[in-house]
Amino acid sequence: MAIMTYRDALNQALREEMARDPDVFLMGEEVAEYDGAYKVSRGLLKEFGPARVVDTPIAELGFTGIGVGAAMAGLRPVIEFMTWNFALLAIDQIVNSAAKMHYMSGGQVQCPIVFRGPGGSALQLAAQHSQAFESWYAHIPGLVVVMPATPADAKGLLKSAIRSDDPVVFIEGEMLYNQKGEVPDEEYLTPLGVAEVKRSGTDVTLVCHSKSVSVALKAADQLAEEDIAAEVLDLRTITPLDREAILASVARTNRAVVVEEGWSFAGVGAQVVDLIQREGFDLLDAPVLRVTGADVPMPYNKFLERAAKIDPAGVVAAAKQVLYLS
Amino acid sequence: MTPDAGAPPAVTDLPRDTVVGYLRQMMLIRKFEEKAGEAYSLGRVGGFCHLYIGQEAVAVGTMAALGPEDWITASYREHGHALARGVSARAIMAELYGKATGSSKGKGGSMHIFDASLRFMGGHGIVGSHIPLAAGMAFAARYRKTNAVSVCFFGEAAMNIGAFHEALNMAALWKLPAIFICENNGYGMGTALARASSILDLSRRAYSYDMAADVVDGQDVFAVKAAVDQAVDRARTESRPTLLEMKTYRYVGHSMSDAAHGTYRTREEVEEYRQRDPIRLLADALRAADLLDSAALEALVADVAAEVEDAITFAEDSPDPDERELHTDVYAEPR
Repeated sequence: MAIMTYRDALNQALREEMARDPDVFLMGEEVAEYDGAYKVSRGLLKEFGPARVVDTPIAELGFTGIGVGAAMAGLRPVIEFMTWNFALLAIDQIVNSAAKMHYMSGGQVQCPIVFRGPGGSALQLAAQHSQAFESWYAHIPGLVVVMPATPADAKGLLKSAIRSDDPVVFIEGEMLYNQKGEVPDEEYLTPLGVAEVKRSGTDVTLVCHSKSVSVALKAADQLAEEDIAAEVLDLRTITPLDREAILASVARTNRAVVVEEGWSFAGVGAQVVDLIQREGFDLLDAPVLRVTGADVPMPYNKFLERAAKIDPAGVVAAAKQVLYLS
Repeated sequence: MTPDAGAPPAVTDLPRDTVVGYLRQMMLIRKFEEKAGEAYSLGRVGGFCHLYIGQEAVAVGTMAALGPEDWITASYREHGHALARGVSARAIMAELYGKATGSSKGKGGSMHIFDASLRFMGGHGIVGSHIPLAAGMAFAARYRKTNAVSVCFFGEAAMNIGAFHEALNMAALWKLPAIFICENNGYGMGTALARASSILDLSRRAYSYDMAADVVDGQDVFAVKAAVDQAVDRARTESRPTLLEMKTYRYVGHSMSDAAHGTYRTREEVEEYRQRDPIRLLADALRAADLLDSAALEALVADVAAEVEDAITFAEDSPDPDERELHTDVYAEPR
């Protein structure tokens, strides 16, 4: 196994899929000559040329729609948003065009497209550049929403997303690009819709995704020092949600805390709690708790920002609460 | 806005069957839309229903210039475009009725007619949102080095939305084989052009993108075809996009929920435009050229009436979708 960054794992996935399938192309702002705003597309222009690595004007709505149209015509576009904050300008094309095309054409038209880029909280970028939108897209039938937490998952899930015949919203962790991890040397695909236990435990399940996985893992380390065995379940895909994995984990631990970077109201965690209380009520020894970002626009000041973000201490406190230890 | 006092369409040197075919298609669209309106009033057709009456020459003249490899997208006023492209009256009417035999199995309705086998890529309900989609199909055509062009129909009100400008800029920048057809019928719903656009000569908007443009009498099917022929040639041989402004008019309301003339225009204005009815102009021209006599015209009238009646019967008799269809086609792959 090679050790590589999340960024390089994504780059490998793009490179492998573009080499495998000539219908795959990458389009977005600064993806080509600049080598990517976050360098995910580094070297791809040189390898595949400007017809397949396409720099766009700053026109998210337009180039997203062009990508959707190209997908309707049978290509497999990968549309990069410099960040998901800017995708708000394109959300009409994601929601009203890509997500609905298959259904409203009575199954005639497929839309095999990946929308990808960094999301989630950043570092002192303030309100407009530091936010989590996964629950918005997860709300829309017809979209698949993927959020890898590790380099290995980033690569395997992106390859699966590119091969999917459905539109995939692929949200990368802006704070994860430099994170290193083991990535298998041989080719592999990580299936969409399948969660993974990142750490086994018997006392409490920490349900998480993307950046919140590392927060939950740190919390699990701290809990272990107090002889509490937390299980860390990484959703990896928000929709379709791996209901079986969530319920199976809660069956082992009988307690759960759902951790996410986003705001609390109608967040991903609300859906997970709904599932657990509805289908796993008898498994529970305590109400499920949620740890979320504060319900405020992200502040710039680093102390305020820290207070707005999730952290291991908050997860530890919630875990102890569901264990009735606090 | 007043109707252009232009001459009747010049009958070109196209074969008689071809030009009579145009007339038949335009008459079919007119009859189809009249019957769709009736079915709506009877409660057989639900939702929104936007009729194309008055604009038939634009769809028919355009489709006549295209080949089977070309891509087509349209707005929600698209029954006529679908008919002109060759989607059956049965499939479209059944879709309006929401039936399982409809072009989208009853899941799309009036605003979402698709026939992928004819590369008729929808009916789209968000004003202007399909303009980038059409540019994307042109992108795909060029990417795959095919000879296809992508044609997009939209109303003049869609020219004020950002998607229009972003798509046209990239289409010109990347030299995409796209043809943007603005059907200027004078009103975006009830808002007259002069109340919504800072310029009235809409083709000038193409200058912003250094794009070829033309202003066309949209009531003259031959003028429409000639302009689209030129744009198709430009797209196929030079891979350059074109913006065409088709000057036309709708005789009916924006949708079935408003009266023909409404509060925003006068009855007299509608009547004035009816004097340049595209179907009558073409019929008169064919008569003048001895290509059509009264008997032949009456036969056409009966022929299209029968086809539309058959479509109504088909739609009436078709089953509703099975309830299991509710959850199919949300995803292309099992989820």
